[in-house]
Amino acid sequence: MEVTSKRPKLDTVPPGDPRDRGGKIQPMLIVNALKKHFPIRGGLFNRQVGSVRAVDDVSFVVLKGETLGIVGESGCGKSTLARLLMHLIPRDSGELIFDGDGVGEERGISLRELRRNMQMVFQDSYSSLNPRLPVEDSIAYGPKVHGKSRAEAKQIARDLLTKVGLRPELFGSRYPHELSGGQKQRVNVARALALSPRMLILDEAVSALDKSIEAQVLNQLRYLKRHFNLTYVFISHDLNVVQYISDRVLVMYLGQVVEIGPVEEIYERPKHPYTRALLASRLSMDPDERIDEPPLTGDPPNPINPPSGCRFRTRCPFAEEVCAAKSPILGEWADRATHLAACHMEDATSGHSRAGRVTSESVPASLVAMA
Amino acid sequence: MWAYTARRILYAIPIAIGVTVICFCLVFLAPGDPVQMLLPPDASQADIEFLKKLYGFDQPIPVQYFKWLMRAMTGDLGVSLQTSRPVFSEVSRALSNTVIISLGAVMLAFSLAFVFGTIAAYYVGRPIDRIVTGVSVVGVSVPNYWLGIVLIIVFAVELGILPATGMGSQGSDDFSLASWSQVKYAILPTITLSMVPLGIIMRSTRAAVAEVLAHDFVQTLRAKGLSELAVLRHAVRNALPQILAVMGLQFGYLVGGSILIETIFTWPGTGFLLSKAILTRDIPVLQGAILILALCFVATNLVVDLLQTAVDPRIKRA
Amino acid sequence: MTDVTLGSNVALAVDDGAPAIKVRGYWATVANRLRYDYVTLFFALVIVLIVLAAICAPLIAPFDPLKTSMAYRLKPIGFRNFLAGTDELGRDMLSRLIYGGRMSLLMGLIPVVTATILGGTLGVIAGFVGGRVNMLIMRTVDIFYAFPSVLLAVAISGTMGGGMSNGLIALTLVFIPPLCRVAETATTQVRNLDFVEAARASGASTSSIVVHHVLGNVLAPVFIYASSLISVAILLAAGLSFLGLGVEPPTPDWGLMLSTLRQAIYVQPYVCALPGVAIFITSLSFNLVSDGLRQAMDVRI
Repeated sequence: MEVTSKRPKLDTVPPGDPRDRGGKIQPMLIVNALKKHFPIRGGLFNRQVGSVRAVDDVSFVVLKGETLGIVGESGCGKSTLARLLMHLIPRDSGELIFDGDGVGEERGISLRELRRNMQMVFQDSYSSLNPRLPVEDSIAYGPKVHGKSRAEAKQIARDLLTKVGLRPELFGSRYPHELSGGQKQRVNVARALALSPRMLILDEAVSALDKSIEAQVLNQLRYLKRHFNLTYVFISHDLNVVQYISDRVLVMYLGQVVEIGPVEEIYERPKHPYTRALLASRLSMDPDERIDEPPLTGDPPNPINPPSGCRFRTRCPFAEEVCAAKSPILGEWADRATHLAACHMEDATSGHSRAGRVTSESVPASLVAMA
Repeated sequence: MWAYTARRILYAIPIAIGVTVICFCLVFLAPGDPVQMLLPPDASQADIEFLKKLYGFDQPIPVQYFKWLMRAMTGDLGVSLQTSRPVFSEVSRALSNTVIISLGAVMLAFSLAFVFGTIAAYYVGRPIDRIVTGVSVVGVSVPNYWLGIVLIIVFAVELGILPATGMGSQGSDDFSLASWSQVKYAILPTITLSMVPLGIIMRSTRAAVAEVLAHDFVQTLRAKGLSELAVLRHAVRNALPQILAVMGLQFGYLVGGSILIETIFTWPGTGFLLSKAILTRDIPVLQGAILILALCFVATNLVVDLLQTAVDPRIKRA
Repeated sequence: MTDVTLGSNVALAVDDGAPAIKVRGYWATVANRLRYDYVTLFFALVIVLIVLAAICAPLIAPFDPLKTSMAYRLKPIGFRNFLAGTDELGRDMLSRLIYGGRMSLLMGLIPVVTATILGGTLGVIAGFVGGRVNMLIMRTVDIFYAFPSVLLAVAISGTMGGGMSNGLIALTLVFIPPLCRVAETATTQVRNLDFVEAARASGASTSSIVVHHVLGNVLAPVFIYASSLISVAILLAAGLSFLGLGVEPPTPDWGLMLSTLRQAIYVQPYVCALPGVAIFITSLSFNLVSDGLRQAMDVRI
């Protein structure tokens, strides 16, 4: 079976699925003003003295059949976001609408049903699989929980192992510590697919793998997506991987969305200064294009006390007073071709000196940001 | 740092209260009427009624507890059934005797265990390590009461150079560390008492130091040209918090758990007092001694915890 | 980067990075590691012998352990048929030692097993539920931790009046706090691991997650810790009997024998030391075997 990397054209409507409740154009997932703050306790009586604003007013949609990549530095809230989407941690406020239905509400779907539709693939770590169970049993656990008999669940596990490229006779009864990193990650994927979900959230799923294995697993994922008609949310800090696998990309900074748009747009015509700096900090293979100074320096500010207004302004070369005074707005999402950036320079009414004007397409290598 | 100290001290208070509750409730574990526990068996009915009123046994239990607690805080722990002396003075006198051998055991065990544990960790796998490990296993598995008997057999019965029991010819009133004729009574109990802590601390020290020596930064130190002794010093400094924790725990055990040794050597410490009290069913002494010992243990743990935080900035117990 | 077409063999290839190792179950791995640990094997054999001797006591004891004889009091080792001498009431030491093993083993094993079940369950509940329940359970356990174990055992059995059943109760109560704590720590650690999150993400109920995922990973540390407690239990139980708080005379029990023979150390020192030797060897064996088991069961690759 040939795996090609041609992306679906932007106006293609995905094939229908008998499990759809909301129709073909209904987004698979709508996220609205999602917020999650973690309290910090200290002092004599363990009172709350502050909070980590891990996810702060995040809104986006995930369309059926696409792969939405989420990029950002460590600590920007990607993993928290993943767990919020999976309902593994409770959200403080905001809406999560899956295929048109709220979760846990009266006319929506129950949490248990959501579990059958949305699953997560974890980063390959020591603890991603139960060290005491053969991998077959780890995969079969989900179906068993949802009522399948032992024999049925085992058969599902075996099928999935074959689908991810591991021979069940050889690998099924192995323990996690008897597998290599790439093999473990395939098992993780198989486990996620055991409940026949429609959407997978992949949280740094290939970050711990060697580059050659990474390529194999990525291609595996693309094959599976077509075979099972899946939707992916792919979280990573690796820009190249995200570019390879995503249809649209969302950029996060310090708990907020700073840019979202189709992958070509983001990578060739980034709008937000942060995105531009991120992309410029990718090293080129061409020795003539060495950069002497990094486009992005310093550490991200503390998520406990983020800067006022635009959170990126402390490292932004274009920051002005208005950036400290007002927070920029991302804008309204319209369709899969929409390219938005939360920056005052994009907003003609913001009062920024460069507002509304066409800005340069990439950050010159000599541009140094304030630490 | 001070917030943590204050919080830690605050946290010890409910523990101490819980300890007093348990000590108070011990009386109710005894078979029979608690009042009869406090009186000699031939007391008359009138005496019983009088005592009941006096101690408030006709009151509900929480009230009794508070009254007992209030009295205990002023130092009144009742009166011994055997000697009719106040429990508090008996226990405190016994405690000072226990501290003599406990401190001695502490100094002996800690120093030997620390030194040999570190040596064993440094020469992991070599014969000295195996010897040390063997000694620690023996130290942990040996019944210390039996060891006391064996030492008595060897030194008192066969060789006759050390006394078997007691605390000096004049008893504890005349005891002083200066004269050999007094100190020699303390030698065997101290050695026996130190065996088990020796084993445990030696094992923990060896494990802690060996683990640190396996860290990468030790290689870095060596590559920088540091002498082996200096490297060892660094490693030990890193392992210190763990070692201190174990040491602190053992010290607490020594103070509270010396009952068996003191019984063998008839050393008039708190342990001996306890075993006498058990035999004679002297409940007030039993209660009082347990209370004081347990509270000492809580205080020791508190001090050890705070010391540990001072030594290792990484540990921040919530 | 964006227009690469790949062949089918790349998409579905199995990475053969890991060699095809023979599939072995977990316990088989443990057994294999133990096979070469001679020290552990030897002392395991010792334990088996001690247990067998205790069980088959009526068959192998040369004399009646309770039969006294004023004529043959405190005879040395090897005197006539008394292979280990006689005690202060003329009873055969060897028989009493063999029968004494029963008491010591029972008083050592029963409290540990009971405490593991009770304390372990409590700890798993505390660890998994977390929050207020955890605080309540663990703080109560902390209070019992404020007593040194010898003191607590003596206090409880002392006030209850001594005797074997009270001793068992006291020892069980002494061992519940540490086992609860070990179980709670292990459960809390396991609860935060990714595969437990994955299990939750698949919609399983709490009890299912605990049984299938948490318990299997918690049992190992709890079991290892419990096995290391057996030697302590034997020492403590004999200590209680030594103080007169455990088994009552004339039942043979090593701790009790040590105590009653104490007066006679000037007469027959070696005979008097024998019960202690028995305690020592038993405790040592359990200690070494549990250490060896712990090393073999360490699943870290």
